[in-house]
Amino acid sequence: MDPRTITTKERLAIPRQVMPAQDPTLRINNFQEVHLGLTPELAQMEALRCIQCKDPVCIQGCPVNIKIDQFIRLIAEGDFLGAARKVKEDNVLPAICGRVCPQEDQCEKVCVIGKKREPVAIGNLERFVGDYERLTGQRVDPAIAPSTGRKVAVVGSGPAGLSCANDLAQFGHKVVVFEALHELGGVLMYGIPEFRLPKEIVRDELDGLRRMGIEFRTDVVVGRTITIDELMEEEEFDAVFIGVGAGLPWFMGIPGENLVGVLAANEFLTRVNLMKAYDFPRSDTPVFDCKGKSVAVFGGGNTAMDAVRTAKRLGAEHAYIVYRRSEAEMPAREEEIHHAQKEGVEFQLLTVPLEFIGDEQARLTGVRCQMMELGEPDESGRRKPVPVQGSEFVIPIDMAVISIGNGSNPLIKQTTPDIEVSKKETIVVDINTMETSKENVYAGGDIVTGGATVILAMGAGRKAAAAINEKLMGTTKGFKEW
Amino acid sequence: MYRIVSAIFLAENIKKFEIEAPRIAKKRKAGQFVMLRLEENGERFPLTIADSDPEKGTITIIAQGAGKSTRALNRMEAGDMITDVVGPLGTPSHIENFGTAVSIGGGVGTAIAYPTAAALKAAGNYVITINGARTRDLVILEEEMKAVSDEAYITTDDGSYGFNGFVTQKLQELIDSGRKIDFVLAIGPIPMMKAVAEVTRPYGIKTMVSLNPIMIDGTGMCGGCRVTVGNEIRFACVDGPEFDAHQVDFKNLADRNRIYQKEEKESDEAHAHQCRLSAQM
Repeated sequence: MDPRTITTKERLAIPRQVMPAQDPTLRINNFQEVHLGLTPELAQMEALRCIQCKDPVCIQGCPVNIKIDQFIRLIAEGDFLGAARKVKEDNVLPAICGRVCPQEDQCEKVCVIGKKREPVAIGNLERFVGDYERLTGQRVDPAIAPSTGRKVAVVGSGPAGLSCANDLAQFGHKVVVFEALHELGGVLMYGIPEFRLPKEIVRDELDGLRRMGIEFRTDVVVGRTITIDELMEEEEFDAVFIGVGAGLPWFMGIPGENLVGVLAANEFLTRVNLMKAYDFPRSDTPVFDCKGKSVAVFGGGNTAMDAVRTAKRLGAEHAYIVYRRSEAEMPAREEEIHHAQKEGVEFQLLTVPLEFIGDEQARLTGVRCQMMELGEPDESGRRKPVPVQGSEFVIPIDMAVISIGNGSNPLIKQTTPDIEVSKKETIVVDINTMETSKENVYAGGDIVTGGATVILAMGAGRKAAAAINEKLMGTTKGFKEW
Repeated sequence: MYRIVSAIFLAENIKKFEIEAPRIAKKRKAGQFVMLRLEENGERFPLTIADSDPEKGTITIIAQGAGKSTRALNRMEAGDMITDVVGPLGTPSHIENFGTAVSIGGGVGTAIAYPTAAALKAAGNYVITINGARTRDLVILEEEMKAVSDEAYITTDDGSYGFNGFVTQKLQELIDSGRKIDFVLAIGPIPMMKAVAEVTRPYGIKTMVSLNPIMIDGTGMCGGCRVTVGNEIRFACVDGPEFDAHQVDFKNLADRNRIYQKEEKESDEAHAHQCRLSAQM
């Protein structure tokens, strides 16, 4: 079909193209990516489904307003690198966002085609252009403005920090990114598992940022190794962006939570992803031996799905999701829930844990639970779970992973008291500029919103970069005398 | 990469390192620690900063070979490079002029107690140090401790040097002699810290201990180092590592520190096997 002559009727007749995936029975034995990506033929066919709306609402559905109609048209025309260039005008990390964005709640949710049929697979197409660029080795590096002589420090190398650093570098500012861990990428490296986001892709995107002249320094805990005041006064940074992400995990506060075998999802995933515990003993860091064991993950978000699917891959015989509401209320992406179901994860819904049970050596042996039923909607709009009397039961388990969310990292607050924080200890910002109560210090991502998504963090990073640029360069166009 | 400037054994299996880390040297306060990672695929593990020289840009750490990583560290020499050193982490020791302060170090815990003892002395306290070891050959930092103490005692379990007995016996003796003790810091193996807490509890003497739970990131992210203090969850990497000894659930700490015993042994043995193989070649 010729993209120049195809009629709307013909476009609408094309079914949504299915992205090839590893078979569930195979993939539970490995950590390789589940989806294998669209072929160029499949991508072009999918791109033809887009009817090229005059007023593309999908763009409004995207937190960073990618010119979706335009990049999809370029794919349909076979200009894949042109499409990559178009996406990268608004999003520097297409291979990552194409994989981890909740498109079904954003661009694809508002897609006009989706009203009667399945929406255009915008996420899969975004992923395709990012992968095409990487796999063919034909880099599309963005243009960089001449040096402004201004220096900006970015704290944290996760999604917020990287998108902020990218835009600042394009504006011509010198950017140094500080990372507390030994590895760059933040949650993209320690949190999201390999089977959902191969680490090679993150490293490749980081290489792209290095080529733009962005400098990265690992092993620097801002607040401890160097404070924000020192960055500005001694290291002469003109502005600082804080994108340090979420902090310490929450626990449920039920009896037995201290037993050996109860751990937070952050710890479980950090061991496996960042410290490569799946490769123990070749890698030094061990993780709870799941082989043949029963593992329960408490929570219904994406992190819970990541944890339970990881446990399955580490050989767990039973891997449960224990969630107090029903599947409809789960905050995890539908796709992740379906993947987990296909991989044999057992969903114990409408269930709350009451107590963890252990043996005489304080090792976890089970969890006592209670069934719930859904009552009236609560303040979140979701129907509130109410306990069913007399419904208590015990699930025998060897490991429990708590995945009910995170608090905020206290280090910035402790060491930079003039940055205002909320009751929840998230950093307070002006929502138009992302500037904090401390002049020339900006913040974005989970440290501002609490646990959210990669793309929202990236959107915040971009917004801050624009505001920083405006502030540093004055409101008039052109560069300030230096 | 962080260069080792000097490396000397203080006792069998206990080695002292000076490491080039100018920013950490400038910033560190008593009671803080660093996370180390010796090589790619290495684990991250915490060690308390024993001392620092801001002018030279070095920090001092003292390690006892106990698991794979600390043993590997103790095989490193001056000039070798450590892949990652991050810090200074943790909340610094709370230092004030309490009056009479007793610093108790058990085994390699003496190295952790030393910087806080020095800071207590500098704050004007009358400092009594009690440093225990199994036997004379394992006594470390004797001179350093003397230099920051108004009274310094050594105890050995086998009586081969100093006071014959445990640190708690020496502490009890001081209390029984009618000395007014205002503050106790105890750092060492979990049973020792627990025993000190029980000695001071009836007298209501404020007692702090430095806890050593398993850590992974050490920067306030993963939650691996949670400990139970006063029936609440606290995180040693940001809320600690020092906590009120009378509030700490030591049994829980000991139980949780055993989680990976089997794996630690396996890792250690796999490594020892490789070392033997490469020695043969």
